Amino acid sequence: MAPALQITGSAAVGATTIFPPLRLEIAAGRWTVLLGPSGVGKSTLLRLVAGVETTIAFTGTITADDGSAIAPRVAMMAQSDLLLPWLDVFDNVTLGARLRNEMPDRARARAIVERVGLTPHMDRKPGTLSGGQRQRVALARTLMEARPIILLDEPFSALDARARAAMQELAADVLSDRTVLLVTHDCAEAARLGDAIFIMTEKGMDAVAPPATAPIRDFDASEVLDAQGALLARMRGAPV
Amino acid sequence: MKAARQGALSTTLRLAGVTVLMLGLWQALVALTDTPAFILPGPLRVVEALWTHHALITHHALVTMTEVLIGLVMGASLGAATAIVLAASRGARALLRPVLVFSQAVPVFALAPILTLWFGYGLESKIAMALLIIYFPVTSAFFDGLMRTPGEWLEMASVMGATPARVLTRIRIPAALPALASGLRLAAVYAPIGAIIGEWVGASQGLGYLMLFANGRAMADLMFAALVVLAFLTLVLHAVVDKAAHWLVEHQTQSPDSKVRRIVF
Repeated sequence: MAPALQITGSAAVGATTIFPPLRLEIAAGRWTVLLGPSGVGKSTLLRLVAGVETTIAFTGTITADDGSAIAPRVAMMAQSDLLLPWLDVFDNVTLGARLRNEMPDRARARAIVERVGLTPHMDRKPGTLSGGQRQRVALARTLMEARPIILLDEPFSALDARARAAMQELAADVLSDRTVLLVTHDCAEAARLGDAIFIMTEKGMDAVAPPATAPIRDFDASEVLDAQGALLARMRGAPV
Repeated sequence: MKAARQGALSTTLRLAGVTVLMLGLWQALVALTDTPAFILPGPLRVVEALWTHHALITHHALVTMTEVLIGLVMGASLGAATAIVLAASRGARALLRPVLVFSQAVPVFALAPILTLWFGYGLESKIAMALLIIYFPVTSAFFDGLMRTPGEWLEMASVMGATPARVLTRIRIPAALPALASGLRLAAVYAPIGAIIGEWVGASQGLGYLMLFANGRAMADLMFAALVVLAFLTLVLHAVVDKAAHWLVEHQTQSPDSKVRRIVF
């Protein structure tokens, strides 16, 4: 089962504060969106959850409500697709198992590739795919990991508007049962995808009420457009 | 397309033109200054010597190429293996790296007499020279590549719970193959130098021996002929290794169970 997560603490490098003491509750099996301008430590927070941050000192606790360790239950997807250029789509999708010295579940991998719509490109190398297709492969690789906690670090921000909308819908669909933490600086994305939305600024963390409807919401729905405007105003420092 | 072809053609023409011009100058210089052939033979004399002594030159060229090829394969394998060991183990790095760097302070050429003393006048001492001269460039190029794996890939692997051995064979080594390839290209040019030096110090066969032999008998034309053949063989070797290196990079590691089975580390 996907656990809920709780993060309390602050981060610093030496005497330089990366982010001040803050508290973030991530609901089980939901999409929690962490919205904020560049450079406020959103990605750092995500990397701390994944256990890959080595240069930044975190003071506080990051815990799952079931008490088990978090890092082994995490899959991560970033803005850069991180595909290995010498492997074809299928081998990239099954990379995790191979790196763990396990036999990849080929049938499941094929089903996942089918689900992200890349079956015709199964044997192609990343270099021959479009940006949107490459990001689909990265999503398939993340899904293949079968981890209950999914950390998304601006995974759609390098895509053009059309590919981004399509990827948001696909990701919302395939990751619906996981605990998802999405880091983004895109207010529209937050308004479409968030079950819960937090704005992170230099001062700390603020919870913002998401639109009343359930995600994923239509990009042109009025409550999404309203929320998008309100989020941007909040990010720019306007009072609530 | 047409323009590109014309460009290639004109490059070839220019190259041929320059070569003919240089050879012409050489011949003219020899003819005009009346330089004795035992000091500087003209290109025609060299071609003549190539033809007259072709059996002799072929024999010695085969010996040299044997030394070079064996030295190249052994040096490249040892160099690649060393790089992998160094990249895989922090302990090995701490222990071996200073030794490796220090070893470079000893000029390999200076070792030639010692190698001849140890391995004798046969192939072995020349193979050892060729091996030694390429070992460090290959090790260092491949090792640098292995240590420069993009950090994001390593982080992704760590989130996936990868084993260090698998990270090495599935990510770090394939990602470092272009670096290994440039080391191998260098090695293809260095290896003949090693073999020739070895032959100069003490041999009864090989192009290096043939050059000394011709020198001792004031047969400068034969010396130049041997030199031309050596240069030609080095160029061919470099071209072949370059092709092989390209192939290596293009057809990198495939998972053993993918449809096309290629190089598997």
